[in-house]
Formats: sequence, C-alpha cells, structure tokens
Amino acid sequence: MTVYTKTISHLVQMTRKKKKIKYTEKIAYGFIYLMAFLTIFALISIIGYVLIHGVKHMNWEFFTQEPRSMGREGGIFSIIVGTIYLTLVAIGIATPIGIAAAIHLTEYARENKFVKLIRFGIEILAGIPSIIFGLFGFVFFVIFLGFRWSILSGGLTLAMMIFPILIRTTEEALKTVPLSYREGSLALGATKWQTIARVVLPSRASGILTGLILGIGRAVGETAAVILTAGSSLGLPISIFDPARTMSVHLYMLASEGMSKEKTFATASVLIVWILCINFLASMIAQRYVQKTNIEA
Amino acid sequence: MTKDIKIRVRNLNLFYGHFQALVDMNIDIVQNKVTALIGPSGCGKSTFLRTLNRLNDLIQDVKIEGKVLLDGKNIYDDAYDPIELRKRVGMVFQKPNPFPKTIYENVAYGPRIHGIKEKAKLDEIVEKSLRRAALWDEVRHKLDKPALGLSGGQQQRLCIARCLAVEPEVILMDEPTSALDPISTSKVEDLIGELKKDYTIIIVTHNMQQAGRVSDYTSFFLNGEIIETDLTSNIFSKPADKRTEDYITGRFG
Ligand SMILES: Nc1ncnc2c1ncn2[C@@H]1O[C@H](COP(=O)(O)OP(=O)(O)OP(=O)(O)O)[C@@H](O)[C@H]1O
Ligand SMILES: [Mg+2]
Repeated sequence: MTVYTKTISHLVQMTRKKKKIKYTEKIAYGFIYLMAFLTIFALISIIGYVLIHGVKHMNWEFFTQEPRSMGREGGIFSIIVGTIYLTLVAIGIATPIGIAAAIHLTEYARENKFVKLIRFGIEILAGIPSIIFGLFGFVFFVIFLGFRWSILSGGLTLAMMIFPILIRTTEEALKTVPLSYREGSLALGATKWQTIARVVLPSRASGILTGLILGIGRAVGETAAVILTAGSSLGLPISIFDPARTMSVHLYMLASEGMSKEKTFATASVLIVWILCINFLASMIAQRYVQKTNIEA
Repeated sequence: MTKDIKIRVRNLNLFYGHFQALVDMNIDIVQNKVTALIGPSGCGKSTFLRTLNRLNDLIQDVKIEGKVLLDGKNIYDDAYDPIELRKRVGMVFQKPNPFPKTIYENVAYGPRIHGIKEKAKLDEIVEKSLRRAALWDEVRHKLDKPALGLSGGQQQRLCIARCLAVEPEVILMDEPTSALDPISTSKVEDLIGELKKDYTIIIVTHNMQQAGRVSDYTSFFLNGEIIETDLTSNIFSKPADKRTEDYITGRFG
C-alpha cells in the first residue's frame, strides 16, 4: 500500500518536473524568437523609415547635380563621385598589401616570436577606434607628408583601417585550404608560388571577397577619420590630391546642422541602397564563382 | 633478358625528427613495369613513395640520407631541381584530390604551369589525357563542369589524367583504389595495365589480389625496411623470407 502511494507520488512529481522542463524550454524558445523578431523588426523599421522619407526626394536632379548652398539644395553628384573615388583608392591600396601580407603570414612565415608579434599587432589594429586612425592620418599624411586634405590622405587612412580586416579574413580563408590541394599541385611540378596563385587563392576567392566587402563597408560608413583626412569639400574631386566629401560625411553634416531633412533622408537612402547593392553584387559573384568550381561549398 | 633500371635506391634512410621511418633501403625499379609495394600499416610505404618525387621536402624536420638515382642521376643532389623531378615523376594520391576547378582546368593545369598557352594545344592534351585515363566518354560533354561533381572513381581517373597531362616517365600511386568501389577499382586496374607500356609505375596497395593482378614486381616492406623485392609471381609462390610468407598468407599485419 505504501509502496503504491509512493510510486504514485513519484510519478506525479516526475510529470511535474517534465512539465517544468517543458515550460522553461518554451520560455527559452519564446525568448529567442522574440529577440530574433526584434532584431529583424529593428532592421526593417530603420531601413523602412529612412527609405520612406528619402526615396520620394530621390530624383534625376539629386543624382546629377552638384550640391548648392552647403547641400541645402541641389544634388549629391560630387559626393557620390567622392565616395566611390575614395573607396576605390582605399581598397586599391589595402587589397594587394593585405592579401600579400596574409599570404606571407600563412604560407611563408615560420611561426616564431616575430610573426606572433605581427599577428598581435594586427589584432590590436583591428580594434582601434577609427578616430585614432583619423588623427594619425591627419598628422602623418595631411600635415607631415603634405598631402593636405585629399583623396590620397583619406584613401591611405582608410586603407590602414581596412587592412587588418582583410588580412584576418584572408588568413582564415587560406588556413582552411586542404593540404591535398597543395600536394596535388606540387606533385605536378608546380612551384610554391604557382600553387598559391592558381590553386590556393582561387579556391578561397569567396572568402577573400567577403573580407573585401567588410572593408568596403567600413570605408563607406566612416565619417570622423574621413573628415580629418579627406576634408569635407563639396567640390567635384578630379585629382587624387583634391579634397572630397563622402556620403556618410555629407549625411553627418546635413543631420548635425539640421540643414535639410529632405536631403538628409535622400542621402541616407542612397547610402543604404548603395551598400545593399555592393553586398548583393558580391554574393552574386561569389555564388557564380562557387558554382563554376566547387560544389561542396 | 636485359632490364632497364629506371630508379635505383641506394642506402636510403629517412628520419622524421628522431624517428627513423626508412632504414637502409635498396631497390631497383624496372622501367615500363609495375612494381607493387606491400606491407603492414605504418611500415613506411607512403613515406618511401614520397621520397621518389621529393614530396617529403615539404615536411619540416625531415632528414634524408642515401641516394635515389633516376636514370643514373641522384635526385637528392643539391643541383637537382625538384620541379623538374616532379614533372618526370607524377603522383596519384590515396584520396582523389581534384582541384576545385572545372574538369578541363584540372587536366590543363599541369601543361599550363609548364608554359603551354595555345588553346588548341591544351584542348588536344586534355582530350588525349582523358582518353588515356578512360574517362573521356563520361565527361566529354561536361568539361566545363566542376570536377568535384564527379563520382569518387571518376575523380580518381581525373587525377590520373591530370598526372598524364604532364607526360611523366614514372607514376607513383599511393593506394589509388582504396577509396573506390569494385567497378571503379577494376577500371583503374585495367588502366594501370594499359599505362605500363609507356610508363614506369610504382603502386602501394594493401590488397594482395590487386598486387597479384597488376604488378610485375613486388616489394615487401616491414618496419621501415625492405625485406625483399622480386617478381610478383615469385613473391606469391615462393618468397625467400619467412616474414614475407607470413604476411601474404595473412598470419600477421
Ligand atoms: N609527417 C610525419 N611526421 C612524423 N612521423 C611520420 C610522418 N608521416 C609518417 N610518419 C610515421 O612514419 C611511419 C611510416 O608512415 P607511412 O605513412 O609511410 O606508412 P605506410 O606504410 O604508408 O602506412 P599505411 O599503409 O597505413 O598508409 C609511421 O610510423 C608514421 O607514424
Ligand atoms: Mg600510406
């Protein structure tokens, strides 16, 4: 009799426990879903808000005309040009150096104290606030080297910021290349460099491209460091020694000085669409490349 | 009967750090014949194979002593160029390892790095190599498709085609069929029989029947030593050493 009741009470307890577990699980799931929903909601509402207020002011003139009266009127032609120009220069400087450095670190350098120090330096560099880069660029490129506020000074400064991102993503990508690819190539009589250039790098092109996009994102989104090194001139930059204003800087100026709500949101919309386009394009290139060479990825 | 010796190995010792993996090895590899290397796991077959195209050079902390004479020239002489060597001594690996490129680009890879640029010439080499590897009919319509989309057996034959495209004189094969099903295996074995007319082949295998089927000579390895090398028929019927007999009759290993 007592045994019987004991079993019953035990069973009741068990089911209670089970129910408890189920409840906590449900709550946890609910929480996770809520967070995911909030994140997506925040993203969509921010983009939506900007686009709703900005797209209606985006028209042909806005893209083709130069800004007038400090940006209160006219378009953002020179600013679009400045953004592309500056980004290209920054990427153009950072990409070869970054990839070369990553190749050296993963493929050629032997693990020693010096290489560890370099790695440590790159980690640190990646975490430094951009304004510090800006300050350095201002003191070194703008003043000391006499490049003044220019695409060149800005490009070099941004390149320094992009460089650690690029080096890290490339290094991570190269580390995952299986030894069998390398051995296969060398066994055919390829040199080490041929193996790297024709098998190792191409096999990780999409990974490297990802690093490049992160870099472009950082360059396009930067304001403080750009103002300090490329200036904020509204003129159309022609030479690499001309100052320029990027979209982010323009947006910052317009918003902080409350000049024109319309132009502010229109610029923000262009910036968002611009970044979405770059991402879309890059993933398309990567996908096409992967399809052509690789089915495992 | 005179035999041409393609490779002479003399007093070869190899150390991984302090561990001696190959002990005083001597062997003659006969030209245009298939030599099978058999022996229990870890006895140094792969290591030995990789000394013949100097692929062990890539591993840090390896020390090699002795001579490997290819057509009379020691490949471990300082003046000997490993790149030249690997053009002449090709290799097929245990696991098929096509590059993540198209089928065409895989085969054209070798000729390209050795300086052939004309499309017509490359086309010709690709077709010829794929035909020789008995793969042409299966892939002729999808040369621009990724090589990694092929089956394991097709991938291995592609790797053989890739190796043939460089026109080596010697082909090293490290358990080339261990990852393949019986049908693919017999295709690769037939291929080996075809290829020995023009190439000197050294094949590592764990499969006694395979050694019996494809090879003219067999060499038995044990604990980093070559116990004996002889005609395959002799090794399997009347081995000179008791340990060889024990191994092939399955009494150990
Ligand atoms: N890179 C290396 N560093 C240190 N030791 C190694 C290395 N490669 C192989 N060895 C050792 O050398 C010995 C011979 O290895 P090897 O791979 O040549 O054997 P194997 O005969 O090919 O074996 P299996 O039949 O299993 O492929 C083994 O004891 C192995 O542990
Ligand atoms: Mg092996």
